[in-house]
Amino acid sequence: MKKLLISAASALILGAGSAFAAGGAAHIPDFAFTFEGPFGKFDQQQLRRGFQVYREVCSACHGMKFVPLRTLSDEGGPQMDPAWVRAYAADLDEAIDHDTGEPRTRKETDMFPIRTGDGMGPDLSLIAKNRAAFHGPYGTGIAQLVQGIGGPEYVHAILTHFEENPACAPDGIDGYYYNTAFPNGGIPDTCKDEHGVSTVPGSWIAMPPPLSDDLIEYEDGTPATTEQMAEDAAAFLMWAAEPKMMARKNMGFTAVLLLGLLTVLLYLTNKRIWAPHKGKHV
Amino acid sequence: MAGIPHDHYEPKTGAEQWLHKRLPIVGLIYDTIMIPTPKNLNWWWIWGIVLAFCLVMQIVTGIVLVMHYTPHVDLAFKSVEHIMRDVNGGWAIRYIHANGASLFFFAVYIHIFRGLFYGSYKAPREVTWIIGMVIYLAMMGTAFMGYVLPWGQMSFWGATVITGLFGAIPGIGPSIQAWLLGGPAVDNATLNRFFSLHYLLPFVIAALVAVHIWAFHTTGNNNPTGVEVRRTSKADAEKDTLPFWPYFVIKDLFALVLILVVFFAVVGFMPNYLGHPDNYIEANPLSTPAHIVPEWYFLPFYAILRAFTADVWAVILVNKITFGIVDAKFFGVLAMFGAIIAMALAPWLDTSKVRSGQYRPMFKWWFYLLAIDFVVLMWVGAMPTDGIYPYISLIGATYWFAYFFVILPLLGIIEKPLPMPATIEEDFKSHYGNPAE
Repeated sequence: MKKLLISAASALILGAGSAFAAGGAAHIPDFAFTFEGPFGKFDQQQLRRGFQVYREVCSACHGMKFVPLRTLSDEGGPQMDPAWVRAYAADLDEAIDHDTGEPRTRKETDMFPIRTGDGMGPDLSLIAKNRAAFHGPYGTGIAQLVQGIGGPEYVHAILTHFEENPACAPDGIDGYYYNTAFPNGGIPDTCKDEHGVSTVPGSWIAMPPPLSDDLIEYEDGTPATTEQMAEDAAAFLMWAAEPKMMARKNMGFTAVLLLGLLTVLLYLTNKRIWAPHKGKHV
Repeated sequence: MAGIPHDHYEPKTGAEQWLHKRLPIVGLIYDTIMIPTPKNLNWWWIWGIVLAFCLVMQIVTGIVLVMHYTPHVDLAFKSVEHIMRDVNGGWAIRYIHANGASLFFFAVYIHIFRGLFYGSYKAPREVTWIIGMVIYLAMMGTAFMGYVLPWGQMSFWGATVITGLFGAIPGIGPSIQAWLLGGPAVDNATLNRFFSLHYLLPFVIAALVAVHIWAFHTTGNNNPTGVEVRRTSKADAEKDTLPFWPYFVIKDLFALVLILVVFFAVVGFMPNYLGHPDNYIEANPLSTPAHIVPEWYFLPFYAILRAFTADVWAVILVNKITFGIVDAKFFGVLAMFGAIIAMALAPWLDTSKVRSGQYRPMFKWWFYLLAIDFVVLMWVGAMPTDGIYPYISLIGATYWFAYFFVILPLLGIIEKPLPMPATIEEDFKSHYGNPAE
């Protein structure tokens, strides 16, 4: 039974939820991350703090199977010392060797460990991108585009929006936790109107509230409030999902600038070659 | 039809003559590049070059992606993440390729609607038009199969839904569906054949594009007036035209580069905006996404597919007449393909003798309504199937068919066209005056 519940929960987390009615409209507050907008950059200190939250809290139940450990030392990321990364990798669960199929010490060239099985949550490698929900599910996504609301806002909101069960269901759902930002979870029947539509924001999630004030002690001395840890973890997960974001924006600028210049040159060329064939506008 | 009279390539040096006698390839290129082009072409005529560029860009980036991609259900998603994280510049190649598909369709829709407004489909350019429609169909197939390759949730479930359409064909449907999938469900065989065809079709498109260009180089370009270039003599033709190089090459390049500024802004700053976030979740056959929505460029026809539900009287009628063989699902499939066939038949459905919409006072408004209809269908295609949306889809789909099968045939009979310029030269002068002496 427990296994069934867990798989139901993971199905929910994956955004399925056909067995449960879709949750009520969840409110995801906007948040100004340093990496938003064309000029935005990752804040290295924040990425390091976020990584600390991940390795001390999240990594107990969430893997990152697409993120190579060595990228922790890449420029633009948390830029951890390569020797530190090697030691960190060796401390993690053993990896399965590609050639021999035998377990061996994890190396920095391996990925972060996988977490599957009872009580484990979804992989976080791409969570900040696959929860971006730019389009709603419905709609044009213009508001999201203008305000820059995306996956990191969602991660931040999920981590900070655990609340007491609402009045319509004081006992909630056994083994689940009420979260006003979680859209896809279960809703008790007592919190639905006669059309089966939820009357409360958010829904119930299988993940217990993972953060509490001073849960960890930040290496850089920043006070570890829930809010701070959620923000840092969201930023780190954005980096994990899109590690080449800075290079991408740089390419965007270079391309737009050079092509813009070329546009001007071609405009002038075009004007000039056509001039002998055109008189004055009449 | 004789081509527009113009200068042809004359091999001058010994080497040129030697090659020309054996393979007149330089002459072919010369005649293609120097083709006389109506000098009054406006900015709606630049999208052909954009499309040619898109095809080359997609093929080049695609070939590089293939070097690092693995078409296997266990490895496809992982190999895409490998491209995004480990391959040098892989993220750029993939984002250009993914957004390139959007630019490709954006351009093709404008190109098609340009043709619809200026009557580019009318005699003698029907073959160019039909080949264009075949290219468009091949593009849709290619784009659909390409979207399956990253093996995300939308890839998997999109493939399931779309191949399911073929399963709706009475009798032979399930066999066709199994043949497309290579098995009873979307699986490794599906991924591999889609990969194979996704690589093949662009080269088929390239060949079709060559024929498309050949066809309209034979008839000559249409132009905003729809008045033909004078072919009576070279001197007359030269009053109506200018050679493609350099006049139109530079003009088109200017437009192309301006469009690329916008394109690279999208790639650089919002590369995932046009994609569905769910496709960053690895495909999971056991978990259906809450909302399966196709890419934006399929939405108008997706809306037509969904418009004809079982409670529409036309569907009920057809169902009765065919003794239940054509149900609502199959009706929707027929409507979706019918909507594209309707476009392809435009040369024979349009009875007007006047080509250009500029001189057709009634047609103009019906055309604008069609363009709005297309945008509305695109919007409603992404909406849920309850509330008012099914009615909007139905009205939109009905207008689409009415435009081609009722309005186009009738307008040619009842409409009184406006006076047209006698020649392209006259039209050009009315805009730009006489050339400076």
